[in-house]
Amino acid sequence: MERLRIWRIGLLISLVTLFLAGCSGDPSLSVLDPKGSAGEIQLNLIYWSLILMTVVFVIVITIFVYVLVRYRKRKGKDIMPEQVHGSTKLEIIWTVIPIAALIALAIPTVQYTFELAETPPAEDTVIIDVTGHQYWWEFKYPQYGITTAQEAHIPVGKKVLFRIHGEDVLHSFWVPSLGGKMDVVPGRVNTMTLDAKQPGMYQGKCAELCGSGHALMDFKVFADKQGDFDKWTASMKQPVASVSATSSEANGEKIFKQNCIGCHAGVSQIKAPNLNKFATRSTIAGILPHNEQNLKIWLKNPQAVKPGTLMPKIDYLNKDELNDLIKYLDSRK
Amino acid sequence: MATLIVLLVLVLFLAAIFTGGYNRQFLERMRNSRTWDWLTTVDHKKIGILYLMGGLLFFLIGGLEAIFMRLQLFAPGNDLFVGRTFNELLTMHGTTMIFLAAMPLIFAIMNAVVPLQIGARDVAFPFLNALGFWLFFFGGVLLNLSWIFGGAPDAGWTSYTGLALNQYSPGPGVDFYVLGLQIAGIGTLIGGLNFIVTIINMRAPGMTFLRLPLFTWTAFVTSGLVLFAFPAFTVALLLLMFDRLFGSNFFDHAMGGSTVIWEHLFWIFGHPEVYIVILPAFGIMSDVISTFSKKRLFGYNSMVFATVLIGFLGFMVWVHHMFTVGLGAISNSVFAVATMAIAVPTGIKVFNWLFTMWGGEIQFKTPMLWAVGFIPTFVIGGMTGVMLALPPADYQYQDSYFVVAHFHYVLVGGTVFGLFAGIYYWWPKMFGKMLNESLGKWHFWTFLIGFHLTFFPQHFLGLFGMPRRVFTYQTNVGLERLNEISTIGVAGMLIGTIFFLVNIIYTLRKGPKAEADAWGLGRTLEWSIPSPPPEYNFAQTPLVRGFDALWVEKEAGNKTMTPAEPLGSIHMPSPSYIPIMMSLGFFIAGFGFIVRGIPAAVFGLIIVFAALFLRSFDYDRGYHVEPEDPEKGGKE
Amino acid sequence: MANHTDSSTEMPNHLETATFEGKNKVLGFWLFLGAETVLFACLFGTYLALRNQSLDGPTTQELFDLKLVALATALLLTSSLTSVLSMIKMNERNMKGMITWLVITLALGLGFLVLEIYEFLHYVHEGHTFMSSAFGSSFYALVGTHGAHVTFGIIWITTLIIQVLKRGITTETAPKLFVSSLYWHFIDVVWVFIFTLVYLLGKVG
Repeated sequence: MERLRIWRIGLLISLVTLFLAGCSGDPSLSVLDPKGSAGEIQLNLIYWSLILMTVVFVIVITIFVYVLVRYRKRKGKDIMPEQVHGSTKLEIIWTVIPIAALIALAIPTVQYTFELAETPPAEDTVIIDVTGHQYWWEFKYPQYGITTAQEAHIPVGKKVLFRIHGEDVLHSFWVPSLGGKMDVVPGRVNTMTLDAKQPGMYQGKCAELCGSGHALMDFKVFADKQGDFDKWTASMKQPVASVSATSSEANGEKIFKQNCIGCHAGVSQIKAPNLNKFATRSTIAGILPHNEQNLKIWLKNPQAVKPGTLMPKIDYLNKDELNDLIKYLDSRK
Repeated sequence: MATLIVLLVLVLFLAAIFTGGYNRQFLERMRNSRTWDWLTTVDHKKIGILYLMGGLLFFLIGGLEAIFMRLQLFAPGNDLFVGRTFNELLTMHGTTMIFLAAMPLIFAIMNAVVPLQIGARDVAFPFLNALGFWLFFFGGVLLNLSWIFGGAPDAGWTSYTGLALNQYSPGPGVDFYVLGLQIAGIGTLIGGLNFIVTIINMRAPGMTFLRLPLFTWTAFVTSGLVLFAFPAFTVALLLLMFDRLFGSNFFDHAMGGSTVIWEHLFWIFGHPEVYIVILPAFGIMSDVISTFSKKRLFGYNSMVFATVLIGFLGFMVWVHHMFTVGLGAISNSVFAVATMAIAVPTGIKVFNWLFTMWGGEIQFKTPMLWAVGFIPTFVIGGMTGVMLALPPADYQYQDSYFVVAHFHYVLVGGTVFGLFAGIYYWWPKMFGKMLNESLGKWHFWTFLIGFHLTFFPQHFLGLFGMPRRVFTYQTNVGLERLNEISTIGVAGMLIGTIFFLVNIIYTLRKGPKAEADAWGLGRTLEWSIPSPPPEYNFAQTPLVRGFDALWVEKEAGNKTMTPAEPLGSIHMPSPSYIPIMMSLGFFIAGFGFIVRGIPAAVFGLIIVFAALFLRSFDYDRGYHVEPEDPEKGGKE
Repeated sequence: MANHTDSSTEMPNHLETATFEGKNKVLGFWLFLGAETVLFACLFGTYLALRNQSLDGPTTQELFDLKLVALATALLLTSSLTSVLSMIKMNERNMKGMITWLVITLALGLGFLVLEIYEFLHYVHEGHTFMSSAFGSSFYALVGTHGAHVTFGIIWITTLIIQVLKRGITTETAPKLFVSSLYWHFIDVVWVFIFTLVYLLGKVG
């Protein structure tokens, strides 16, 4: 029995260590550190249920430990326990009390479920049409006529209605620090309302297995102050500045038009991210930090970066051509 | 086709070599060999052992797949198993563990124990019982052959359409999933049906429904769930097969189909499936806790009621797997409340277990250790279960590692712990040898600690924003340390499993012989007959005079059960090669469909129909055995 | 346990449940029909969800010809009656009467199948196929699964007739005949639902 107790203490210590080591999610990604009202509501409910459940757990474990210690077989003693059938009184107690606890849980649950399903009034809301593709996200702003990919901008403090569309397989749109997720279902339009209370960058994930590249189907949501958001929308609507005819960017543009534009401007059947204002994006393909080196890595072998992506290898360009293409892409501000 | 004939000839050839040449007595020898005996057995005890071996084999395979996944996730940016390979691993891990490990292990224990607990000489349909096993086995083999023939399925164990359609999962992977599980699923359905009839019709005199041991009760309810849940999966798989093989459009939204239909069909089956694998564990726990506390089960009637209620509610809650599909607030709320309601009967069970131990004399034998380890672990799983039932909170948990943590607490902490408890508890009855206690305790402690190390941190991984089914994660967002711990924990479970295997091998060679009442504390009928039982189980059908039938006799001062009939010759069913033949036919047909080899598929189906005809025209009347007189053989 | 040999001397009222095996078989078969009910319920659900997804193909209103379907329904419903009559003859130990009614049952079932095949061929001609739309897929899956059940029933009952001719009406053949009759009623009931939910509902729109 002595050894048993030592094991238990060891287990307890390791659990506590885990707890301490674990209490540090990243603010841009953590459910436990919400930055929007949906996330706050959800975290409230998480904590409320956790408290109730912890109470239950403590009661169970107290009885459990007491019983194990008190009624274990002792050496040299051989008693015959009384063969009790049950106790109606006790059984009623542990039926009624859980029911009461569940009612206390069900009321806010139903209330919040309906609250989160409400669609905000259209005039005061930014609408974003999200489309999930294998393995990237497309964002369209019907009110502003903007199309972009991988990075969405939203104004701080305003309700944002995400209308979620699907074209290929199921995905799920999730920005943990703003609020819970909504599935991308081909043939349906789902809606979800989020807002951000503080400016900042919030990371988004695809949460439904969608193929080889599922793990890397990341995106970002930037919450900007209203002024910055207006600036962003204005700049997105401006056409890309034309490049001088002789520069290497011009050569890059030529290469782009010959090799890339079919998919990246929606002419072809295959849909690829719109690269308007590509230079302003913080990532390449939603995952690699945006720099020249990574752009080369991506272009030369996209499959190695994001398995399953439809982007073909651009490994047939010579060094100069590749540099020109990259210069052109990074000139699209 | 040609390959098949070559293989068949090769098998016959090898059989001839190993049995001493091909001559006139060849068939005779084959029939008398032990292998043939096992291949054609219809004895529920032998089928139980076959299920056990099959289930353990697949448990090891599924475990290996889990180890590979945890190795890949040990550090961010690993490139051990990425992309498609990782998706194959996660799909096969889930599918194997649920359909090919948990279910057969449950059927193993049900086969070994239920007829004995109700005082029956056999199950209601010995032939179907054998057929059920062979269908499961060949289905499982077919599914795992995918690793060799063109890649394993990679669309998740839920195989959500969209992704599982030809367009997005080309290659035969998902076809192996569809046909392998269809075949195994038919086997499971047959097994479930057999047990319902067995429990209703084959009980010994005096064994009323409210005297059934709790394990038998849970086996009964589980069989009912199997019977009514698996057809939904059969339909889902059938429709997916049509979409993939014959160009129909059930799930293709461009042609008017809907992926949501797959989700509904899958979870109408899938949620009851969760209770199919957990209820027998509850039953095992109830029997084990009562036995090793030396006390009658506390609140037996409410335990039975809770079991039936859980089984019933299990069909009403499937949409809680689909809260984020966008079905609307009303639907989400209704299913949320229904789901929460399940916590009540589950809570009743936990408190009844605690109060069974209260006032008892608890002996910490290995089965009891598993039962004791089960309670807090399962309670944590139940707590997170209630938390997951709340739609607004679920929007955050859904498809994150929080869910992974939750269902492993329930499926490992519940089902697997329960199965280990059951295996240690009934091993002496099945094999006539006691498993080694100290190896058993090492197994328990390493497995328990490893389990918690692996899965407890995963709750936090989910809350920190890590989706499930990902092969990698970002650096510097607080995910590295917890993933490291989680991977290290796997070592504990691995070592525990090795202890278990060593224990089995060691015991089968050297273990001490088990008494009829192997633990000296037996309360139910199975402990009143020798370990292992004779092929007819009970020389004389026992007369049951109360709940815990053997205990009642012990209290009355009797050493054995009172017989309900005079000693006489006993009718036994004949062994049959038709179950394995029919299953082989299904296997060949399935493989034919997968490789789009229609002749092979037709050939397989012909075998199936031939077997059906053989069976239909087979009027074998079995044979009779004269039992040893227990009065002469047993007592002295 | 079972008393196979007693059956020739004692004559129980219900041959199909005279032995222990017979009782098991009948109970097991009822449960199997329960599973079949779930199977068809899922197919019905799928059909009802997809029945308006006919894309460019003909809709339910344009497609269905109630007269033909009504005739098929009449055939199948009558076959259920003849199946009952054959069971009555069985329990009377009237071999000839039983086989006569069974053969009539089979003939009606075959008639139903022929009409169904004709109907399907007609639909394919109209451009309504298994592959043309989600409606087509779900229609053929539901009605086709039922048709496959009818086909299987016909084969099954045929083999049973052969067995009875060889062995006579015994406590071993009687449960087999009885459960095949249960099966036949079951597919009949399923057809009633198909007639209502597919054809009548399809005609109303």
